[in-house]
Amino acid sequence: MNTTHYPAATVAERIETHTLSVLVDNEPGVLARVIGLFSGRGYNIDSLTVSETEHEKHLSRITIVTRGTPMVIEQIKNQLDRLVPVHRVVDMTVAGPRIERELAMVKVRGKGEQRMEALRLADAFRARVIDASTESFVFEITGASDKIESFVALMIPLGLVEVSRTGVVAIGRGPDGM
Amino acid sequence: MNKEMTGAEMVIEALADQGVEHLFGYPGGAVLPIYDALFHQQKVQHILVRHEQGAVHAAEGYARSTGKVGCVLVTSGPGATNAVTGLTDALMDSTPLVCLTGQVPTHLIGNDAFQECDTVGITRPCTKHNYLVKTIDDLPRVLHEAFHIAQSGRPGPVVVDIPKDIQFAKGTYSRPREFQHKGYRPKLKGDLERIKSAIEVMRHAKRPLFYTGGGVVNSGPEASQLLRELVKLTGFPITSTLMGLGAYAASDPQWLGMLGMHGTYEANMSMHVCDVMICIGARFDDRITGRLDAFSPGSKKIHVDIDPSSINKNVKIDIPIIGDCAHVLEDMVRLWRSTAMSADKAALEAWWKQIDRWRARKSLAYRNSNEIIKPQYAISRLYELTKDRDTYITTEVGQHQMWAAQFYRFEQPNRWMTSGGLGTMGYGLPASVGVQMAHPNSLVIDIAGEASVLMTMQEMSTAVQYELPIKIFIINNQYMGMVRQWQELLHGGRYAHSYTEALPDFVKLAEAYHAVGIRCERPGDVDGAIREMINVKRPVIFDCVVDPNENCFPMIPSGRAHNEMLLGDATVSVEDAITEEGKVMV
Repeated sequence: MNTTHYPAATVAERIETHTLSVLVDNEPGVLARVIGLFSGRGYNIDSLTVSETEHEKHLSRITIVTRGTPMVIEQIKNQLDRLVPVHRVVDMTVAGPRIERELAMVKVRGKGEQRMEALRLADAFRARVIDASTESFVFEITGASDKIESFVALMIPLGLVEVSRTGVVAIGRGPDGM
Repeated sequence: MNKEMTGAEMVIEALADQGVEHLFGYPGGAVLPIYDALFHQQKVQHILVRHEQGAVHAAEGYARSTGKVGCVLVTSGPGATNAVTGLTDALMDSTPLVCLTGQVPTHLIGNDAFQECDTVGITRPCTKHNYLVKTIDDLPRVLHEAFHIAQSGRPGPVVVDIPKDIQFAKGTYSRPREFQHKGYRPKLKGDLERIKSAIEVMRHAKRPLFYTGGGVVNSGPEASQLLRELVKLTGFPITSTLMGLGAYAASDPQWLGMLGMHGTYEANMSMHVCDVMICIGARFDDRITGRLDAFSPGSKKIHVDIDPSSINKNVKIDIPIIGDCAHVLEDMVRLWRSTAMSADKAALEAWWKQIDRWRARKSLAYRNSNEIIKPQYAISRLYELTKDRDTYITTEVGQHQMWAAQFYRFEQPNRWMTSGGLGTMGYGLPASVGVQMAHPNSLVIDIAGEASVLMTMQEMSTAVQYELPIKIFIINNQYMGMVRQWQELLHGGRYAHSYTEALPDFVKLAEAYHAVGIRCERPGDVDGAIREMINVKRPVIFDCVVDPNENCFPMIPSGRAHNEMLLGDATVSVEDAITEEGKVMV
C-alpha cells in the first residue's frame, strides 16, 4: 500500500494505446518540444512520424502512438495542446473510423530455396522488391503494424538482415479532415 | 509607423511600446549592444541586480504585485543558466515574465563559443514558450508575441534569445497592431451549459465549499471582487491555497483559512467531508490533496481553470469549466442571481455549525513564552503592527513561509508574493526588490528564514543602490527549520546538515551593505523593534532570534488524509502518528 504524501501511483487502471494526430507549425524546435514533453512528463512513445503536410502554411502533421491510462492519455492530449506551436490535437482512436499504415523496408539475405521462399512470402504479403542482388532482396511493405510484424517474423529464419520502419501514419475514414 | 533601427534599439522600442517601465538585468558580452541602446534613452529604467536569479525573482515580485509582465535582461551562457531557477519558479506559479537573453553571434551557435549555451534547449521545459531569433526581420514580431504569450491564458515566462549579430543588424521596426497568433488562442469564456449545471449542483449542496487558488489572483482584481460577491451570495465557506491568499478577505467570517499540508483544521476537515467542491483557479497540488485515494471522497467536484491540462490531472472532476476565472465567476454570479431559488438554507446552517466546532479547536494555537520569541508570535505582531498600512509581503521558503501564510492575514490580492510551486529558497529578498520598485511608497516586507535569505543576500546591494527601503524580517532559528521538523518527525531526530553553524552577524551584515540592522531577542522587545523597522526609511535587515525548536502545525503528516491532521496541542504523539511507509516521501 502506498501511503506517501506524494500522490500514490495510479492504481492498476487499464492501459490503452491511442494514436494522436498533431498539427503543428513547422518551425525550429517544434519536434523537440513534443518529444521533450513526453520524456519530461514520463509518457510513452511507441511510434512517432512527422513531415510537413501543408507547405504554404508551414504546417507539419505529427502522428504519435502512445500508451497510458485514460487519465494519462487525457493529460497527454491537453499538454500537447498547451504547446504554443501546436494547432490541433486529434485522438484518432476515439475520433471515429480510421486507417493506420506503416511502411517498412526489409533486407533479407539468402540463396537457393530460402531465397525463393522469401520471394513467395513477399508476394503473399504484397511486398515489392525494390533492390536485389544475387544473394539479397530489399522488400518494401506497406500495411498495418501487425501485418509488418508478421512479415518480419517470417523473414527471420529466411535470413533477415535489417528492417527500417517509418512508424504509423493515420487518417480518418470518410470525407472530413481532422 | 515603420522605423529603421538596429536590433538592440528594437528591443528597447518594443519594451517601451509594451509599456515596460522597469527592466531587471545584468550586463555581459552578448548583450552589450542592448545595454548601449539602454544608455541612450529614458523610457525604460534598468535595475542592476547582483545575480541573474535575483533579476528573475525581482521581475516575479514586480509582476505578481502589479499584474503586469515582469521583464528581465541577461547575457548568454552563465547569465541564462543563472536565470533558470527563476524561470522555473515563474512557470510553476504562472507568473508572466519576458526574459531577454543575449546569445553568441549566429555563425558561432553550436560552436562551443565563449559564454555559449543552448539557451532555448535549456529553457524549453521551464518556460511557457521560447524563441531563438535568427533574423532581424523576425525580431519585432517575436518581441511582441512574447509579451502576448506571457500574459494571456495561463500566464508564464517567455524567453527570447537574441544573438549578438542580430542586435547589431539593422531592420525595420513596426509595432504590430492587435494581432492573433496563428494557433495559440486561449479560451476565456466558460461553457455556459456547464456553468449552469454547476450552479444547479451548488443550489442543492448540503455541505458546499469554495476552494480557490492563484488563478483568481492572476485573473486580475475583478476576479477577486466577483469571487467575494459569489461567496457572499451563496453563503458558502471558502478556503484557499497558498498562492490564492488575499483573493478573499481573511477577516471575513466565511473564510476558513488556508488548506493543505499546513492549513487550518477547519479548512481541511471541510475539504474532507464537503459534498460539493467548487475549485476556482487551483490545481489540486499534492501539498493540497494529501493522500489522493482519501481526498474529499464524497464530493461532487466543479473545477474552473483556464488551462485544460489542470483538469483531471490528479483528481477526477465532475463538472470541468475551461475559462478565465473572472469570466466564469461573472457568469456564475449572474446565473445565481437570476434564479429565485436559493441555497439549501437549513443544510447550510447545520454545515456552518459543524465548521464552527472544527474552528473551536483553534488549530493555529501555540504556546507563547515570555523568555523566548515564538516565530508565530513574531509574525502575529508584525501583522498587527503593519495591517493598517499599505503593505506587501514576500517570503522565502520553509517554516517561516507557512507561519506567514497562517498568521499574516491578507485582505487584498497581489499583496502576497511567495514561491509556491517550486519552493525556491532565496525568492523573497529579490522579489521584495521588485515589489518595492513597483510600489516605491509602500511598506514591503520579506518574511524570511536565515537559511533561505543567505541564498540571495547579495541583492541587499541592489536595494541599497536604488534606495529601496525593503524590510528583511528574518525568523532566525539557526536551522533550516522545515528540514529540521521533518528530520524530527521522520528521521529519528537525526539533524543531518540542517543546522547552520556559522551564521553571519546579520546586524553587521546589514551595516556592511550600508543598510540598517536591527536585532530582537526578547518577546517584550518585539513591538518596539518592529516599529523601529517600519520607521526607518532605508533597507533593513531585522534579525528576529526565535525558538530554534518550534514546529509548524497543524500538519498533515506523510501518508495521511485531510481528516488525520496533527495539531500543535494534539494528544496523539507525533512519532506515533506517522506510519513507517510515510518515511518514503520527501
